Amino acid sequence: MTLHGRWEVGGGSRRGAAWSVLFTGATGLATALILAMLAVILVNVAWHGWPALSWRFVTAGTEADMFEVGKAGVFPMIFGTTARVILMTLFVIPVGVTTAIYLHEYAHTTSVLTRVIRTAVANLAGVPSIVFGLFGLGFFIHFLGDRLDLVLHPDNPKPIWGKPALLWASLTLAVMTLPVVIVATEEALRGLSPGLREASLALGATKLQTIWQIVLPNALPGILTGGILAVSRAAGEVAPLLFTGAAYYMAELPRSLTDQFMDLGYHVFVLSTQSPNLEQTRPILYGTVLVLLLLTFALNATAILVRARMRRRQRAAG
Amino acid sequence: MAEPSHPGGRRPGWQALDRGQRARPWEWVAEQAIRVVSVTAIVLVFLIFVFVMREALPVLLGRVNSAAAQERRALPVEQMDRLDPEELRQYLELSRKEFAEMDRDTLRLLMEVKLEAAEEVPEDKDAPLNTAAWRYLLGPHQWTGYDRPAYIWQPVSSIHKYNIVPLIVGSLKTSVVALLFAVPLALAAALYVSQLAPPRLKEWVKPGIELLAGIPSVVLGFFGLVVLATFLQQVCGYASRLNAFVAGIALGLACIPVIFSIAEDALTSVPRSFSEAALALGSSRWQAAWQVVLPAAVPGVFAAIVLGFGRAVGETMVVLMASGNASLLTWSVFDSTRTMTATIAAELAETVFGGHHYRILFLLGALLFAVTFLSNLLGELVIQRLKRRLEGGR
Repeated sequence: MTLHGRWEVGGGSRRGAAWSVLFTGATGLATALILAMLAVILVNVAWHGWPALSWRFVTAGTEADMFEVGKAGVFPMIFGTTARVILMTLFVIPVGVTTAIYLHEYAHTTSVLTRVIRTAVANLAGVPSIVFGLFGLGFFIHFLGDRLDLVLHPDNPKPIWGKPALLWASLTLAVMTLPVVIVATEEALRGLSPGLREASLALGATKLQTIWQIVLPNALPGILTGGILAVSRAAGEVAPLLFTGAAYYMAELPRSLTDQFMDLGYHVFVLSTQSPNLEQTRPILYGTVLVLLLLTFALNATAILVRARMRRRQRAAG
Repeated sequence: MAEPSHPGGRRPGWQALDRGQRARPWEWVAEQAIRVVSVTAIVLVFLIFVFVMREALPVLLGRVNSAAAQERRALPVEQMDRLDPEELRQYLELSRKEFAEMDRDTLRLLMEVKLEAAEEVPEDKDAPLNTAAWRYLLGPHQWTGYDRPAYIWQPVSSIHKYNIVPLIVGSLKTSVVALLFAVPLALAAALYVSQLAPPRLKEWVKPGIELLAGIPSVVLGFFGLVVLATFLQQVCGYASRLNAFVAGIALGLACIPVIFSIAEDALTSVPRSFSEAALALGSSRWQAAWQVVLPAAVPGVFAAIVLGFGRAVGETMVVLMASGNASLLTWSVFDSTRTMTATIAAELAETVFGGHHYRILFLLGALLFAVTFLSNLLGELVIQRLKRRLEGGR
C-alpha cells in the first residue's frame, strides 16, 4: 500500500500519463454526473416541496378536496402507506428470516434444494413489480378472496374478500420484498464468527438453542437492516398496488384489512397525471413527493447506518 | 411423538439428533419446519408463473373470441328480471363490486346502452374477426379505414384491436434508450470506484448510489414528467413533450444503481493479485484497470447489463408517467410511446374480469415475466460462473 500514491507514474512514458489522467478523469466525471443527477432530483424536490409542507399538510386531508391548495393534506396517504408496510413486515420477516436460517445454518451449500432456492430468490427479485400486481389480482383477490367469500359469506352478493384490499396489497408486497429480507439476513448470518456457534454447541446447546439464543440475537442488526430495506423498497412501490388495494380517493381511513386505502406513492401518480390543472396543484404534488422521499430516505439511511455499524463491529471482531 | 425404530444406525434425516447429548425429536421437527418454510420462495415463483399463465392461457390456446360481431346477441331490456343476478352481471360485463353498488335503474340503463351498442355494431368487414387470435396479435392487418396493413393496439373501440407489436417495440425503445444512457455512466463509475478512486471517496459514492436506488420509481416518473420532459424538450426541440427518450432517460436513472452495483461487485471480486501483477510490470493504474481487471470481469459486466435490461423492461411507473402512452409503431425515440408495463397498469383496472382484454393484458404480463426471468437466470448464471472462476484462479 505504500506504493499507493505513486501508481499514476507507473506508466513511465508521458503519453501513458496523459491517458491515465484522461481515463481517470472521464470515469471520475461519470461518477460525479450520477451523483449530480441525484442531487438535482433531491434539491428540486426539496426546493419546491418545502414551502408546501406544514403541520396541516401532514395531519389533515380526509374530507378536504385533494386538488385544492391549502385544503389538501396527505394524512390518509401516510396512514395507508404505513399500514400496508407494517402489515407486510409481519408477513415477510418471519418467512424471510426462516429461509435465510435454513440456507445458512442447515442446508448443504451444494445440495440441489439449496441451489434451487437461491435461484428462485434471485428470480423473485427480478420479477417486474407490475407482474406482482397481476399475481396479487389473480391469486390473492380472485383465487383466495373469491373462495373466502364463498365460504364465509355465501349469501352476500357483495364481495368482501374478493376485491382489492389492504390485506392483499400487503401480501403482494411481502412476496415482492421477500428476497430483500433473505439476502440481508443471510449476510448478517455469514458475518457471525463460526466460533460463536461452536462455543455454544460445545457447551451442550442444541442446534436450535444455538440459533435461537446465540445466532439470532447476534444477527439482529442485520435482520433489522433487511426489514428496513424491505420497508423502504415497499413504501415507494406503486405498480403492485394499482390492482390490489390503492384507492384513488376515500372519504375515510381504512378500518379493516378488507378496506382499500389511499397511498402516498399512488397519490403522487394521481396528482401528476390526473390533476385538473397541474400548474395550480404543483405545490401539493411537490409536497407529497417530498413526504414520500423523506419517508423512504429516513428508512434507507437507518438501514445504511445500522449496516455500517454492524460491518465495523464485525471487522473489529474478526 | 413416536420414536422411530432404526436400531442399526439412523437414517440421514435424523442426523440432527446426534448433535445433542441425547435424541431430540423437537430438533428434528424444527429443522423440517424451517426447511418447509424455506421452500416458500420456490413455491412463490411457481405460483406467480401459474397464476399469470392461468389467465393468459386461453389466449395462448386460441380459446378466446373477441369478435365485435358476437355482441349482436343483446337482450331486450324486459328480460332483465328473468336473468339471475350473476348472469346479468356477466352479461353487463361488470365487476362484482360495480354490480353490487348499482341500483335497478342504473342496471336498466346499462341494458339499454348495451342494446343500443348492439344495434350500432358496425357493418364492418372486421366485425366478425376474432382479434385475439395469434394472427392479429402479432401480424399486421388492414383494418377498415386504414389504407395499408398496420400494427394497431386499440382495445377500447368497436373493433378490439389487440396487436401487441407496438407495445413490444415501445418497451424495447425505452429500454434501449435507458441502457444507452445508463450503461456507460454506471460502468465508468463502477470502474472508477472499484479501481481508481481513493478509498475515502468510495465511502461517499456508494451510499450516494444506494440513495439513488432508494428513490421510488414513482418519484423518478414524476421527475421525468414534470422536470425532465420540459428540460429535454427545450434542449432537443422535438415535438412531443412526453416520449420514449424522456422515459428512457428517467428509466436510466432507475437502472444506474442496478448496473453499477453488479459491475462494481464483479470488478472488486477480481483478485488484487491481478492488478498488483500488472502494476509490478510497470503499467499505470488505468492500464491495470482497463487492460487487466476489466477483461477479467467482463462476464460480470455483461451480467450487469442483462440485469439492467431486465429492470428497464419491467419498470412500470416511470414509463407510465413519462412516455406519453400513445401506442404508435414507430422507430423514432422522440414519438410518444406505450410500453407493455404501462399498458397493463393503465388498462387492467377497466377490463372485465375474465374478458378478452383482461386475458391479453395477462398475456403481456406473462411475456414480461418470461423475459425478465430469462434475463435474470442468464445474469445469475454468468455471475456465479465468474465468481467460481475467479476464486479458483486465486
